[in-house]
Amino acid sequence: MLERIAAIATKEARQIRRDPRTLALLILLPALMLVLYGYALNFDVKHIRVAVLDQDHSDASRLFADGLFQSEYFARAGCLEDSAEAEAWLDAGRGRAVLVIPRGFGADTAEEQPAVVQALVAGDNANAAHLTLGYLDGLARYCSQRWQHERAQRHGRPAPVAPVQVEPRVWYNPTLASSQSLLPGLIGFLLMVIGAVATSLSVVREKERGTLEQLMVSATRPAEFVVGKVTPYLLIMLLTEALILVVARALFGVPLRGSPGWLLAASVVYLLGGLGVGLLISTIADTQQVAFQIAALVTMLPSMLLSDLVFPIASMPLALQQVTWLVPARHFIAILRGLMLKGAGPSAWGRPLLVLVVFAATVFGVATQRLARSLRGT
Amino acid sequence: MRRVLALIRKEFLQLRRDRRLLPILFVAPVLQLTLLGYAATTDLRDVPIVVCDLAGCPASRDLVAAITASGDFRVRAWVEAPAAIDAYLDRGRAELAVILPADFGRRLAAGQSAAVQVLVDGTRVNAGLALSQLSGAVAHHAGRLVQQRVARSGSHQPVPSVSVVCRVWYNPELSSRNFMVPGVLALVLMVVTTVVTSMAVVRERETGTIEQIIVSPLRPVHLIAGKLVPYALIGLLEIVLVLTVAWWWFRVPLRGSLSLLVVLSALFMLNAQGLGLLISTVSHTQQQAMMTAVFFVILPMMLLSGFAFPIENMPPAVQQVTYLLPLRYYLIIVRGIFLKGVGWAELWPQAVALLGFGTGILGLAVARFRKRLG
Repeated sequence: MLERIAAIATKEARQIRRDPRTLALLILLPALMLVLYGYALNFDVKHIRVAVLDQDHSDASRLFADGLFQSEYFARAGCLEDSAEAEAWLDAGRGRAVLVIPRGFGADTAEEQPAVVQALVAGDNANAAHLTLGYLDGLARYCSQRWQHERAQRHGRPAPVAPVQVEPRVWYNPTLASSQSLLPGLIGFLLMVIGAVATSLSVVREKERGTLEQLMVSATRPAEFVVGKVTPYLLIMLLTEALILVVARALFGVPLRGSPGWLLAASVVYLLGGLGVGLLISTIADTQQVAFQIAALVTMLPSMLLSDLVFPIASMPLALQQVTWLVPARHFIAILRGLMLKGAGPSAWGRPLLVLVVFAATVFGVATQRLARSLRGT
Repeated sequence: MRRVLALIRKEFLQLRRDRRLLPILFVAPVLQLTLLGYAATTDLRDVPIVVCDLAGCPASRDLVAAITASGDFRVRAWVEAPAAIDAYLDRGRAELAVILPADFGRRLAAGQSAAVQVLVDGTRVNAGLALSQLSGAVAHHAGRLVQQRVARSGSHQPVPSVSVVCRVWYNPELSSRNFMVPGVLALVLMVVTTVVTSMAVVRERETGTIEQIIVSPLRPVHLIAGKLVPYALIGLLEIVLVLTVAWWWFRVPLRGSLSLLVVLSALFMLNAQGLGLLISTVSHTQQQAMMTAVFFVILPMMLLSGFAFPIENMPPAVQQVTYLLPLRYYLIIVRGIFLKGVGWAELWPQAVALLGFGTGILGLAVARFRKRLG
């Protein structure tokens, strides 16, 4: 049996080597992609483009607006004259918010009366709008506190104290840089995509070319065929992953706080799952066109959207949260975050790892069965 | 013309013969949009927190109630000692922890400042937003406490302060779904069409039928047109399907013109299919076509087009690259027409860009194919 597996694996390896361009792409592309996307992507909303519509034209209003742009969260994107211009400005998508300082602002602050400013916020991107609202609110609070402080000092009274203050401490990722949480996610995503790309055409190609019939008449059993086919790809993928991890460590400073041994084990299981999905797709599809279509729909979009990579699973409807259990990337990303960033023990990533084992075993079982059936059928 | 028609008929016959392709082309986009439309949300909802209330007094309970009042946060567990928090954050069972010190109530009653410690799991994608919302809730609560103090002291002197009254446009309830569903719609359309067309020509090359086409009197333009028309018709039907799902199922408000949306969607579709065909003409095997499509077209479009990651946060060099992605323009169009109700006056630059890219890409596909023939 081992002999036959080795023969299939050798044949597959030879076929891979014959197409060096594809092989190089399989190994190098994911690491290159990680470099590009690791630099390009982040959620840290900074330099929000804000225009000022100053109806007061006083020193106080100018001072207040300048204070806004001293924080790195806001960038001055222009001065507007009237509300019609503000509307056109937001409609054209030239910025996220317009700060309106109404007439009388300077007089109110001079008389130490409560003053009100208005902000028009484009809400189409709800996430950015939420953060914009939060920053504006915090800024107004900070300003009020300073004024009250100054007044108390002028009158020789003790400064008022804020009754409750928040002392935040961020664990695992002290600067709260979103790239640190995104990188493990990107790694999981890229590995799933490349795994499915590698194998989803493998069987169906032989079907289309008719070489699968040769297999039928040979003595190889479907399980041996599957193992032989996947082994070379698994070795290539491990190389791919090693490169990716080196990039993550060297360029982005993503730490590995947990056990490297368990990381390797989890990676093997996850890669097997990804290759298995590709193989299963390959046994289902009749043409490579269909195989590609299924692979794109089953692996790419869910691995990005249902895996906690960009959209937090906790915010999804409950029924959909259950569906995400079927997405292997979700579990692998949880393991990666646990092992790399948190340095947590098995209690943190044991269950996701178990799910991945079950997943890999299931897809291989079903793929073998389907292959056996199509071999009998042809 | 007759030749092109014959080729179109042949393509349709081939499409129909593949029992799985047509159902996938029509059912998959609808299913994907329905499922992923629910997934793509950045709203905070029921974020699990763990509370360690060392004070255990009415004032500390009030603060926790103020934090959970908006529905953004939900208390997953109450723990007795700060040491118990580790397990919750390590296992990802809670995203934030709030520690109220033992002297919390006493300090408040004495008019002093009491500190609340907040621990955040920084590995979560929305950790920044969660922390800012939680701090905001605490600050609001503190503001109310100050007002109560002032009222008790009986002074009616006004306090110098400034407050921001925010008006949110386009999406007043700030539901991220209204923003994301049009995005998912665009993404699904792009993936389905690029994938199917990227195999269209290279398949003939791999199976050897390309020679028959080469010896026929068909010219490259005819061939590309014959390949494009059937997929374009299918694409139009898909546009109608996904727009219906977004509008009727997800109730995304359609504030602009439907006809403009359909016309510009068709223009975008032409871009996606043109890219697919271009890949198909330059690839030798279907595997190569697949890898090129995935890594050089689909991934950049998914990640760099502004679908989930804001373009203005990217490094300037990458921002320049995003101008090469048709999906970037289409996202502005589809979100603009749905949410802002903008029309031709605002969207003509995007439309011109799509038209320019579309003709350029298709022209390139024809040229590449001609070179291959020679």
